Amino acid sequence: MSVELRSNDFVSLADIALRNPDLQKAVGSGTRGGYHNRAKAMFEFGDAHGETMRAQAAEAKRRALRKLPELLELAEDRLLENGWGVEWAEDAASANQLVLDIARRHSVKTVTKSKSMLSEELGVNQDLEAAGLRVVETDLGEYIIQLNNETPSHVVAPVMHMTKAEIRDVFVRELDMQPTDDAEAMVAFARRRLRQDFLGADMGISGGNFLIAETGSIGLVMNEGNGRLCTSMPRVHIALVGIEKIVETVADYAMLTQVLPRSATGQPLSVYTNILSGPRRAHEADGPEHCYVILVDNGRSKIYDTDYAEALACIRCGACQNACPVYRSAGGHAYGWVYGGPIGAVLTPLLVGLDNAAPLPHASSLCGSCKQVCPVDIDLPRMLLDLRHDLVQSGESAAGWDVAMQLWAVGMTSPTRFALGGRAARAGQALLGDYMPGPLGNWSEFRDFPAFAPKPFRQLWKERNNDHA
Amino acid sequence: MALPQRESPQGKVVSLFVTCIVDMVYPGTGMSVVDILEHVGARVVFPPAQTCCGQPAFNSGYRDEARTVARHFFKAFQDAEVIVTPSGSCATMLRHEYPNLFAPEDGELYKQARRIASITWEFSEYLVEGLGLVNLDLALPEPQSFAMHDACHGLRGLGLGRAARDLLAQLGNAELCELNECEVCCGFGGLFSIKMPALSNAMLRNKIDNINASPAETIVTGDVSCLTQMNGGLSRGKSNKRVLHLADVLAKGLRNPAWGTSTATRRGEALARPHRPPPVPPTGQGEAQ
Repeated sequence: MSVELRSNDFVSLADIALRNPDLQKAVGSGTRGGYHNRAKAMFEFGDAHGETMRAQAAEAKRRALRKLPELLELAEDRLLENGWGVEWAEDAASANQLVLDIARRHSVKTVTKSKSMLSEELGVNQDLEAAGLRVVETDLGEYIIQLNNETPSHVVAPVMHMTKAEIRDVFVRELDMQPTDDAEAMVAFARRRLRQDFLGADMGISGGNFLIAETGSIGLVMNEGNGRLCTSMPRVHIALVGIEKIVETVADYAMLTQVLPRSATGQPLSVYTNILSGPRRAHEADGPEHCYVILVDNGRSKIYDTDYAEALACIRCGACQNACPVYRSAGGHAYGWVYGGPIGAVLTPLLVGLDNAAPLPHASSLCGSCKQVCPVDIDLPRMLLDLRHDLVQSGESAAGWDVAMQLWAVGMTSPTRFALGGRAARAGQALLGDYMPGPLGNWSEFRDFPAFAPKPFRQLWKERNNDHA
Repeated sequence: MALPQRESPQGKVVSLFVTCIVDMVYPGTGMSVVDILEHVGARVVFPPAQTCCGQPAFNSGYRDEARTVARHFFKAFQDAEVIVTPSGSCATMLRHEYPNLFAPEDGELYKQARRIASITWEFSEYLVEGLGLVNLDLALPEPQSFAMHDACHGLRGLGLGRAARDLLAQLGNAELCELNECEVCCGFGGLFSIKMPALSNAMLRNKIDNINASPAETIVTGDVSCLTQMNGGLSRGKSNKRVLHLADVLAKGLRNPAWGTSTATRRGEALARPHRPPPVPPTGQGEAQ
């Protein structure tokens, strides 16, 4: 079962977010904090160093994408050599079935999970729970989300949309926590609860920030250490990895682990940077007995064959979300699927179909902040423009705009018609006053519009030159 | 794609692309641009067939319509040596998007698009980067404090973070202050403001809060479209602060009686220039076609 899709409701979902003062406060300060921390961390050794890191990261991801088919084959060979089981899943249903099959094979009853956006895309928790398994999210943010029966609203900070008080209320309501406003006490409470789950889990599910082809290993970064407990304590470990997560070398991974945390949270390095290379060896004291990588397509290869392939370079740092003034106001849930912000406005239509996410390419003022902060230099504004063009081409554009644009083009291809249009606008304004007709009323609802000038520039220019003559 | 290289615009006739919104709503800003350009010795013509660059259609995904309007632009500016426009957004359209709107297979149209991209300058960019001028020898009649709002396309499309500030820093009687989040979008975004008005307004509210908190009396920007959004909100919110186009601020310095007695500075070195440019002769591309 995949996650609910409501991207066509973007405008009404954003309105709900705009009317929620707690959300406005939480997302406003969370995104701005991330934005400033990123700028500091990225350029701590100067602008040139920061831009060089971005260029190297972009190159590493693009090279991997160019060589994607061959690197995937290499990765599979090396993973198998390391003792991983390797499975391929075309879509969410087949991925979830593979997880379920593995769980049954190893008599799994309880599953701990570390944070994975792909698993949100797949809706794996719902399918496992429907089959009678207990699944516990162990990233603190994801844990809160799961208790509150929600989805993450940000790729790095899943509870970006919640205030501390709201989180306290969730813990009190769901876990009988003694009410407290002390964040540390709340974390300590969650930690004690989670510790029991870590000790009792049969299987751990993680994502994979990177799949390192040359060594056949999973690169996983985290701050809470929960991912280590999920991938080392249970008997079985499954890593759910999108096929676009591949990188060629360990050196590429080392490079990317410098820009990912800097871009995401402003840390020079994540608290835990892991290279997971398969099940426990004979001489090793601990580690899982069985390790699997499920390589998931779920629409990615379809993107790979288009001009939007560059979107697959995304390393899910959330910097574009933090930088985006639309995301800052709308929050992540308004985007109606798994990914919010500029990258979500691009990826969602590409993964679920443009007709299922038609408003998203327009959910941007094209300010360009997303491109500026992207650690792998994805040209998100360009893609939003291209998607808008696709909308027009496919007839998905909102009714009325086709005719309006054709008429407008007729007006703009003659200075006479242009000047006439200006005069008509001025006359209309004189007639209607502050009231603006049709969609223009959307403007005057919030802002005053200036008066059209009695004499346009072209007339002033003519008069001035006549004076000179 | 890398922007097409430009030659120095020094000594070349400036074809003013005043932009559709300046033409109809802010003609005074257009005149300020002309006054400043002539003040620094440029010969300015106004190709009268001009209308719009086509950005509204392009940004909404209507590329056929954008190409139609671009083709009209090519005709209107076919004789231009240098194009100057008082808009970072329209300049971005001409510099970045025109070459993308046409493919090499389009032959002459593609060449025209590249040519337009290679002769276009945004107003402050033309002065500071094109002519190498920062001190225009201007002074306001009264002391006034300003802060910059970096319009998005000029800042991130053309890399114009410094030019306007450098010009303001040299404007006599002008004090430059900080505006918090000066690089964050005001929420205009063209048709975005009409398609998603509530979000656009939320972004505007944030901008207005920052403007009201700024010590500056006046906010300066390089795009009248962003200015329309911000002033529309400031006026509705009964704020006494307003946003002005850079050209209008600089042009106020022209009215200082002290003007015209010394020379503008070319980043350190003196530059001789006429005090008042000769009137534009009524021939050539300034004429109706």
